[in-house]
Amino acid sequence: MSIDTSKVADTNGTSSSSAAKPTKAGVVANWADERLGLATAMKKNLRKVFPDHWSFMLGEVALWSFVVLLLTGVFLTLWFDPSMAEGEYTGSYDPMRGVEMSQSMKSTLEISFDVRGGLLMRQMHHWAAMIFIASMMVHMMRVYFTGAYRKPREINWVIGCLLLFLGTIEGFTGYSLPDDLLSGTGVRAADGFMKATPVVGSYMSFFLFGGEFPGDSIIPRLYVMHVLLIPGILLGLVAAHMLLLVYHKHTQWPGPGKTEANVVGFPMLPVYAAKAGGFFFIVFGTIALMGGLMTINPIWKYGPYDPTKVTAGSQPDWYMGWPDGLLRIIPGWETELPGGYLISWNVMIPILILPPLMLTVLLLLPFIEAWITGDKREHHLLERPRNRPTQTALMVALMTFYGLSWAAGGNDIIAIKLDLSINQITYFMRAAVFIGPVIAFIIARRWCISLQRHDEGKLLHGYETGVIMRAPDGGYSEKHLPISEAEAYTLTARDRETPWSPEREIDENGVPAPNSRLNSLRAKLSTLMYADNVQKPTAEELDEARHHAEHELALQTAMDGVSADGHQFDGTHPVEGESLRGGH
Amino acid sequence: MTTHHESQVPATTEEPLANPGLPEHTWRPTDVHESAEKRAERQVASLYGASAVFTLLFVVAYFSLDVDDNWTTFGGYGASTVALGACLGAALLCIGIGTIQWARKLMADHEMVEMRHAVRSSDEDRQETLAALDAGAGESGITRRPLIRNSLLGAVGLLGVPAVVLLRDLGPTPGQVANAEEGTGLEHTIWAEGVRVVRDVVGTPIRPGDLIIGDLVNAVPDGLFDLEGIELQQQKAKAAVIVVKMEPGDIIPGEGREDWSVDGIQVYSKICSHVGCPISLYERTTHHVLCPCHQSTFDLADSAKVVFGPAARPLPQLPLSVDGEGYLVAQSDFTEPVGPSYWERNA
Repeated sequence: MSIDTSKVADTNGTSSSSAAKPTKAGVVANWADERLGLATAMKKNLRKVFPDHWSFMLGEVALWSFVVLLLTGVFLTLWFDPSMAEGEYTGSYDPMRGVEMSQSMKSTLEISFDVRGGLLMRQMHHWAAMIFIASMMVHMMRVYFTGAYRKPREINWVIGCLLLFLGTIEGFTGYSLPDDLLSGTGVRAADGFMKATPVVGSYMSFFLFGGEFPGDSIIPRLYVMHVLLIPGILLGLVAAHMLLLVYHKHTQWPGPGKTEANVVGFPMLPVYAAKAGGFFFIVFGTIALMGGLMTINPIWKYGPYDPTKVTAGSQPDWYMGWPDGLLRIIPGWETELPGGYLISWNVMIPILILPPLMLTVLLLLPFIEAWITGDKREHHLLERPRNRPTQTALMVALMTFYGLSWAAGGNDIIAIKLDLSINQITYFMRAAVFIGPVIAFIIARRWCISLQRHDEGKLLHGYETGVIMRAPDGGYSEKHLPISEAEAYTLTARDRETPWSPEREIDENGVPAPNSRLNSLRAKLSTLMYADNVQKPTAEELDEARHHAEHELALQTAMDGVSADGHQFDGTHPVEGESLRGGH
Repeated sequence: MTTHHESQVPATTEEPLANPGLPEHTWRPTDVHESAEKRAERQVASLYGASAVFTLLFVVAYFSLDVDDNWTTFGGYGASTVALGACLGAALLCIGIGTIQWARKLMADHEMVEMRHAVRSSDEDRQETLAALDAGAGESGITRRPLIRNSLLGAVGLLGVPAVVLLRDLGPTPGQVANAEEGTGLEHTIWAEGVRVVRDVVGTPIRPGDLIIGDLVNAVPDGLFDLEGIELQQQKAKAAVIVVKMEPGDIIPGEGREDWSVDGIQVYSKICSHVGCPISLYERTTHHVLCPCHQSTFDLADSAKVVFGPAARPLPQLPLSVDGEGYLVAQSDFTEPVGPSYWERNA
């Protein structure tokens, strides 16, 4: 690298002898800053610190797959014709030639077989949609299990839940567009769902379909929802989600040097920009490989939609599977009101009531928890799932309900693959969706508590070395060695919890909150939530335990350097010439 | 930027351990060995170079591989799709992996500490905002002039009505399309007295003697194939039927349905009464028919009663008879709406 001597001062003056000539980039930057004031806006954010952890990448997967969806989706719109006008297929795919089908099916086949890269883009779009929704779900669980939704991030949790819900609708409207036999069957079922709505059901169906099912309006209407309405809302919500993330600053795991008041990590420029930018290419590339190598939604194998045809093993895309499973296992309940009006519980409960209820429960989780705990502090340090046993168990119970319902949506596949009776699977699932979550709750909660106890043991007595000591009197014990200071601090870096009680809320006159029914419920829930948790030791307890451990170790030092002191296995001294059996 | 010393937190009496502060920074091999640094640099540049090669290969594959007639190659994926996907994927992954390698090995890896700011506004800011709001409200007089405020709210609220009214023409109401003559609407199909039962797809009429015991035939009303476009699809979605023949003695005729079958032949709607999937998975020994979508099972020997699954109602039965030429015909349209339940179905 040569040095530009023109800028080297050749006098003792305080200003350079020659005025710095602005570079080209400088000119552009100046032009932009004079109009946009960019420097002020960017000075803090360019070096904004982001904490590092693999689990913080899950939301990024969702973000980048959404970008891939936008890119591939725009490509598909160039050829896709969302029309239900019927015509004969004359394209390249021989088995379908001569078959009557709608324009949307025809153009989807054209994209798949006559546009170079068209099938790749179609499959990438579909895979990206699956990854988008899956990563949103996993990201949501990460946020829940680590307590990242607590104050001040409740609104971002709500936005995230809405994104997941809208993403699901977006997926349904998208895979319905080709008007193939599989998706047409899904639209037929959606017509049945709408008709099951009390009072206005048949009107809703007639308005959406532009008359009697199937009509010729549904695909164009789903199309405009899929490419304009829902993506627009999704984009706005994603932007709000990211803005709030930047404003709140990211949560971080507790550890040495990390506090509720700081963020420890790498600066946006250059490290995070490079990592996140590079990660975009990794997500994009992975989806491209999947689109090129893994068939998804081969509509040419299903054929065009025909209301008189259906195939066995009809499954919606996986994220629609759980309401479909509930729809399969619910008994055929229907109530006829006076006057002949019908309430179709068998459709309403699994489709019109439970999914919105699930969304509502998810939306309310942070607020219910804050009410029970009475906690009004900001939380920027994450919690380990084991240190919030009840909340972890609650999400595990919800996941179990989801998983069982989802499995019920594949009851026909399970019956075939595992050679079981579909009726028995259905009867089993009817009970399992109620009992399973309860069992899962209990197991997960106790599991967390026992992990907490394990942590406490590690903190107080040291880690298990795996070295078994034999005392002169013949007793056996395992040798424990103290854990590092950093690890010990990390284990204690969490809140000490006390169950909420009305006495805790003393108003300014010194009167505790009234012992109302609501407050006693709150106290009970708080007790359920916290009472069994293992709290971190106090300073005295830790001191005492450490003295005890030092004493134990001192007793064992007589053995140090001798066979079977345990250290021959961790490289502290060589084992050559030493025999565990001492000469025998 | 603050240093890590500031993040030291004093131990409270409650805290068993004090925050030991950020650990020492450890240097990476690429920070201390020039050879390691050079190697990482070469790795990153090679990955970027490889990406460019794959991009060029993508273009070559685009122009050299046909898309139209080779969809059977490579396990049915098509050579073009496989090559384009693999090249594009590799090109993108090389850039991604290269950039992350650059960030991890060569960019500075000093952890930085930034202090958080309170999310809530300061009390002064709140006061100022409230004062500004008060001033605005006071100057507009919106609080002092409820007549203006309320009439504005009413007028703007009323604007919601055109937004809803404008959607009225999305479709006709069920009542508007109902016509028994034309078989339109939720309650009618093109089945009518004397309409022949013809085989699906081919359209040939059926004589009772054409069927043997245990048969299930997919059928439609004669005249369906004269329809086109939407009307055809709409009638297909309502008028499709299944024709089954069983031992006449096996049939338990429903009340008032004693003369709806001919020689053990019965005709039922093919459209599931649950959410409308077409049904035809038939087990001849039990006379059960199963819906593949949600596994509702109906007993065709017993007026298609639900024996299993989420459906709440039997499949509607078509009253059957034989015309002068000995072909199966309908006695009338279905006596109840076919397909999924809806609110006013039995009203």
